[in-house]
Amino acid sequence: MKKNIISFSILTIIYFLVKILLDIGIIDSYLQLNIFLIGINIILAVGLNLITGFTGQFSLGHAAFMSIGAYTSAVFTAKLGQSFIVAILVSGVIAAFAGIFIGIPTLRLKGDYLAIATLGFGEIVRIIALNIDYIGGAIGFNDIPQYTNWTWIFMMTVATVFLIKHFINSYHGRACIAIREDEIAAEAMGINTTFYKVLAFAIGAFFAGIAGSLYANYFYFIKPDSFGFMKSIDILVIVVFGGMGSIEGSILGAILLSIISLFLQGIPELRMVVYSVVLFAIMVYRPTGLLGKGEFKLWKKGAERNVSIESK
Amino acid sequence: MEQLLQQLINGISLGSIYALIALGYTMVYGIINLINFAHGDIYMIGAYVGFALTTFLGLGFFPSLLISMLVCSILGMIIEKVAYKPIRNSTRIAALITAISVSLFLEYTMVYFVKPDTRTFPEVLQSKILTLFNGKIIIDLKNIYIILITILLMAGLQYVVHKTKVGKAMRAVSLDKNAAELMGVDVNKTISYTFAIGSSLAGAAGVLVGVYYNTINPLMGVVPGLKAFVAAVLGGIGIIPGAVFGGFFLGMTETLVSAYGGSVFKDAVAFSILIIVLLIKPNGLLGKTIKEKV
Amino acid sequence: MSVLKVNNLSKNFGGIKAVTEVSLNIEKGEIIGLIGPNGAGKTTLFNLLTGIYTPTSGEIIYDLDKKAYTKDLKPHKITHYGIARTFQNIRLFQNMTVLDNVLMGFHSGLKYSIVSTFFRLPSYYKTEKSTYDEALELLIKFNLLDKKNELAKNLSYGDQRRLEIARALAAKPKILLLDEPAAGMNPKETKELNFLIQWIRETFDLTIILIEHDMSLVMNICERIFVFDYGHLVASGTPLEIQRNERVIKAYLGEEALQC
Repeated sequence: MKKNIISFSILTIIYFLVKILLDIGIIDSYLQLNIFLIGINIILAVGLNLITGFTGQFSLGHAAFMSIGAYTSAVFTAKLGQSFIVAILVSGVIAAFAGIFIGIPTLRLKGDYLAIATLGFGEIVRIIALNIDYIGGAIGFNDIPQYTNWTWIFMMTVATVFLIKHFINSYHGRACIAIREDEIAAEAMGINTTFYKVLAFAIGAFFAGIAGSLYANYFYFIKPDSFGFMKSIDILVIVVFGGMGSIEGSILGAILLSIISLFLQGIPELRMVVYSVVLFAIMVYRPTGLLGKGEFKLWKKGAERNVSIESK
Repeated sequence: MEQLLQQLINGISLGSIYALIALGYTMVYGIINLINFAHGDIYMIGAYVGFALTTFLGLGFFPSLLISMLVCSILGMIIEKVAYKPIRNSTRIAALITAISVSLFLEYTMVYFVKPDTRTFPEVLQSKILTLFNGKIIIDLKNIYIILITILLMAGLQYVVHKTKVGKAMRAVSLDKNAAELMGVDVNKTISYTFAIGSSLAGAAGVLVGVYYNTINPLMGVVPGLKAFVAAVLGGIGIIPGAVFGGFFLGMTETLVSAYGGSVFKDAVAFSILIIVLLIKPNGLLGKTIKEKV
Repeated sequence: MSVLKVNNLSKNFGGIKAVTEVSLNIEKGEIIGLIGPNGAGKTTLFNLLTGIYTPTSGEIIYDLDKKAYTKDLKPHKITHYGIARTFQNIRLFQNMTVLDNVLMGFHSGLKYSIVSTFFRLPSYYKTEKSTYDEALELLIKFNLLDKKNELAKNLSYGDQRRLEIARALAAKPKILLLDEPAAGMNPKETKELNFLIQWIRETFDLTIILIEHDMSLVMNICERIFVFDYGHLVASGTPLEIQRNERVIKAYLGEEALQC
């Protein structure tokens, strides 16, 4: 109980501190943009961490769920004139359905094959979005009302972190971790592995949809290419950098990587080169991430050395 | 009917390019279980080397092709030594992100030095049109060159893998690294050779694409790289004939889809086929089913 | 009362016949030993019994709280019928704590909704608390309480074997399948295991089927033994009968087994 009160007080202080700084203009619009992006990235990374870090399912298509959420929100607010809260929830739900839709067939695949299938799914979503004129096609979706403010970002980020933490610390969440650890033993303990994998995908996708909604209603304008393969990679990098299977790690990762890219804005032409070198250095010197607990068996290369080839 | 034949010829040419790149992906995956995302960028560098040699040094097609292959194979070995060797025993996901970082590094270093503009590849092969069936089918001599060179390179690869000591070592390492080492195979050297061979094929593909499509740019490797990877997975990653088969299959499908009105969706079709194939045959069309022993 | 019936069960892998025409019947409360040389099909039989493999032909019938037939046997459903197992090459959840491993075992018995999980409704607290208490009790019984916060992978070999049994018992099975529980144990640990298995049967009111190569253990605790060779069930009977069976001696036990 005491812990809850402390975290509640800290969160309240952070909320009002940033709000006041925003209101009196100490935080300029550029810094505000970055703070908002950090919030959105935390939501995305925590959701992906549930899928990849906790449940152990390699996904390279997380941006697709964000894209689905962003476009849903754009349609609901700009075209249908719905309120923001409705748009946020619908975005989450539709993205979650997309998660279930892609999850049920592809989750029979494992490891790298699953990664490639999700990558393919992400590209398919992007290409379809490019070709639907109703949502602007390749030109992009314009004139989305700007509803996203600090309060929304803060509330949604905190809610995401708390809900996913609650999920992980339950028998449902433990079942997900067990699947990561040993799928066969998990099944033998009565865990319906398909159900939990799809569930993890659906929850991760739900929050990615919300992140997309916040994103769309902040930037007025979205286009399919903002949610391509590289965006998925960016989210994955946050998760791995922060530490697989660590919620705190994902939060820290999102903040630190945003700060790094903030500094790199100063050298636009070398930005990506430096970024790639930083990425490389992290992977070589701290492959388990900042707060990672260790190497999970699933991610060990050569883990499949134990398999025997059988013709079935 | 004529149109179909015509498209098939174009499809085979495109498929050759995919197959050449896919071979490198599959060889590297087979030997160290790494999705080498930088492979598409080696192909891009191959194209730029070819461009520099033909434009600035005025070399002909064949010398440029060979030098470009050589440069790429050296680049491949350097990448392996510098970037992939330190992470050989780390987690899969760390390895994947490392590969992506190498890919970004190559792309944006090139953007920095050669500028992001698209450049025109000089006409080193004379475009000569052959017509068949009273002009109903048009074959550019370039198509024939591309297909012949691809077949030649694949035959060479087949020879190396199956008839030479290096090839035997490569197959041994891909089956069991530790056992191969105990049998006296120099694993590090073998991995280097694999990267060298795979990269040289990508380099060749780069030059061929430059010749065929006439334009190159620093980000040209991204999409064909992904496609070639899809091709490798389609055939069954780690299996050399699978990569060739997947490459041609993908090339032909894409050409046919574009020809019959679906050009905007051609990339989506490639990925849809990938997902469908994986669902039916989770280890690719030519892959073996591997089941974990309980 | 029969709890498990196997009729003409066969499993082929391509051309290899791993299990051929096996029929057996197991009564409630028995401790059954499966013995035979490596590759005789014992583990394959376990995998068939737990739904990891589907039989090529033949049938399996469990007669527990409710009847389960071959077609019902899916790995994740099997636990709900009252069957739990351990694995030959220990399959713990390596990066989870000892406590979490046991908590995992309770999975099939737990019920609260996902909504309740997200918003921490009373049913969440109630179930989690009672499960936690039960898990601690089980850990006390298995002498693992002081290690409850260790990661499973850091336990000693013997502790890992015992933790795996504890995890299986958490599922509250009626039949417990143990795949080589004494593998890798020293004589002292094997002796302890001997008592442990008998104690488990009495405390938890179970039927136990075990695969084992340690003859002293098998002969000591099993009431009936089934002998496998090349996928066939070649003999069955009490330990004494098995020790005297010519065919078994030839196939597997060797001369010295007669002296023990």
